[in-house]
Amino acid sequence: MPEIFVITEHRKGKFRDVTFEMLALADKIASANDCSVTAVLLTDHAYGLAEELKSACDCVLIAEDPALGNYSADEYLAVLEKIIAQKNPLLTLVGNTAMGMDLAPAMSTRFSIPCVSDCVNVEISDNASLKLERQIYGGKINACLLMKPSSKYIATVRAGTFPADRDRGKNAKIENFPVPAFDNLGKRQFIEYIEEITEDVDITAADILVSVGRGIGKPENIALAQEFADAIGATVSCSRPVADKGWLPKSRQVGTSGKTVKPKIYIALGISGAFQHQAGMKNAETIIAVNKDPNAPIFNIAHYGIVMDMFQFLPKITEKFKQEK
Amino acid sequence: MDIVVCVKQVPEVKDVDLRINKEGTDINNRDDLVMTINEWDNYAVEEAVRLKDAHGGTVTLITIGDEDAEDVLRRGLAMGADHAILIDDEEFKGSDAQGIATGLYEVLKDLEFDLVLTGVQSFDDGWGQVGVILAELMNLPYATLVVGIDVQEKGLIIHRELESNTLEKVKLSQPALLTIQTGINTPRYVSIMGIRKVRNIEIEETDANELNLPVDQIGLEGSCISVRTLSLPPAGRAEMLTGSLDTVCETVADIIRKKGGIS
Repeated sequence: MPEIFVITEHRKGKFRDVTFEMLALADKIASANDCSVTAVLLTDHAYGLAEELKSACDCVLIAEDPALGNYSADEYLAVLEKIIAQKNPLLTLVGNTAMGMDLAPAMSTRFSIPCVSDCVNVEISDNASLKLERQIYGGKINACLLMKPSSKYIATVRAGTFPADRDRGKNAKIENFPVPAFDNLGKRQFIEYIEEITEDVDITAADILVSVGRGIGKPENIALAQEFADAIGATVSCSRPVADKGWLPKSRQVGTSGKTVKPKIYIALGISGAFQHQAGMKNAETIIAVNKDPNAPIFNIAHYGIVMDMFQFLPKITEKFKQEK
Repeated sequence: MDIVVCVKQVPEVKDVDLRINKEGTDINNRDDLVMTINEWDNYAVEEAVRLKDAHGGTVTLITIGDEDAEDVLRRGLAMGADHAILIDDEEFKGSDAQGIATGLYEVLKDLEFDLVLTGVQSFDDGWGQVGVILAELMNLPYATLVVGIDVQEKGLIIHRELESNTLEKVKLSQPALLTIQTGINTPRYVSIMGIRKVRNIEIEETDANELNLPVDQIGLEGSCISVRTLSLPPAGRAEMLTGSLDTVCETVADIIRKKGGIS
């Protein structure tokens, strides 16, 4: 029976959601193609973590070693090379995350397995080839790809695409994989995680967020958004380009590498809506988007869309609330 | 410190209405698109020039592209790079990440360097693989999603950007390869005057034949993809509000009052 492997991802003893999202996808592919699903767990302490995986797959394959406590490319590659050579999975799923983006391309090259990254759907096609869907040009175009026939495939999966369904009604067997000795490593060493703590306002606690993107144009214009936010009792947040440019502190950034927010109202101004941004705000109760570009991906998840220059919109909408006071 | 930076030119598609051709194989208004430096690569060039300014050495740019890609190289030279190499992309059309990395590798393997930088990913295809593959081919230690570089006597201390407001600190020996994340610095402004000043710097040109690259490793033939079909995303769920500025703002104000519980 062909096997689908999922490289599980955890940090500080906790699984990242993408692990269960990939297991759900793997289960879906497995049911349609009569495959089994194996969760691969590289860790320094499998107890507990392995239990959490049991109801979501057919097998938990554990490689336990003190050197595998935190993700580190060299050690992970050394272990996975042995595992994949011995077990021959047809398909290996890796998260398109900070870990997977670091790991998967190296697996592909070192193990000579073709790899397609950032997939939003993965299917095994009729001729046992792999069919993938992904987005290009910042989400403006969808691409459906058919891979050339290969005995093994790697696909990295966009986080947040599938439900993180922990219970798939399974009861996995547990298998321990002997960890090889780590030779000739040490060119790259994990030191520590640093969680960024700031004294700034907590955007995750706001009921209403007025969020600005690249379209704000220059730092002086943020005052216009702030004025609107003040008029409705909202907090100002931003998308990545605004924080990258230092126009607002990183603590105000909504998205994968910033904060995940769930306000009553999210007002996106001049934000195109890259998926990393969407991942941080798509669960807002009401999303209102203002953008000059009618094809901006933000309109795919907004409840209300306005195709307009925000510099026309902002003074007028602010005036509506100021009149009331 | 001698640094090599791999750069790419990509089309600017913000505010552009992209169309797909009948066959679904390509964008059909591609010729109308304005090409620009891939955003991540712009940060990589800036970081390389800053490291050169702080520690001495040289910065060399490599790109795979057509004659228009020279603009991206000139732009990088204007930012402070010293040399530029253009690999003609004719044989590379349809390459996957492995094919592109193989082309870059053929040039890189003959250069002397302490550090190689690439962007984390390209805006257009967004595979995010070329840097890591190149590191593997060169057998270099690497780190991706880099937002901080501290050059020490023995090696580099790197900050990687992880999810959920978290950084990972790692130590790398040199030479090494880093993929650069946006926001690591503030790239300098490049003026037309600045680009004019570097117009006489010679750009070294090469191609797949000169590099003795087997054609079955690059281009469509070397790609792991057999068929690629493009489509436009289905229309979104947003209810589009139209009308005069005043009407639209009145409607939005009502939504905010209702959904936000503002009286």
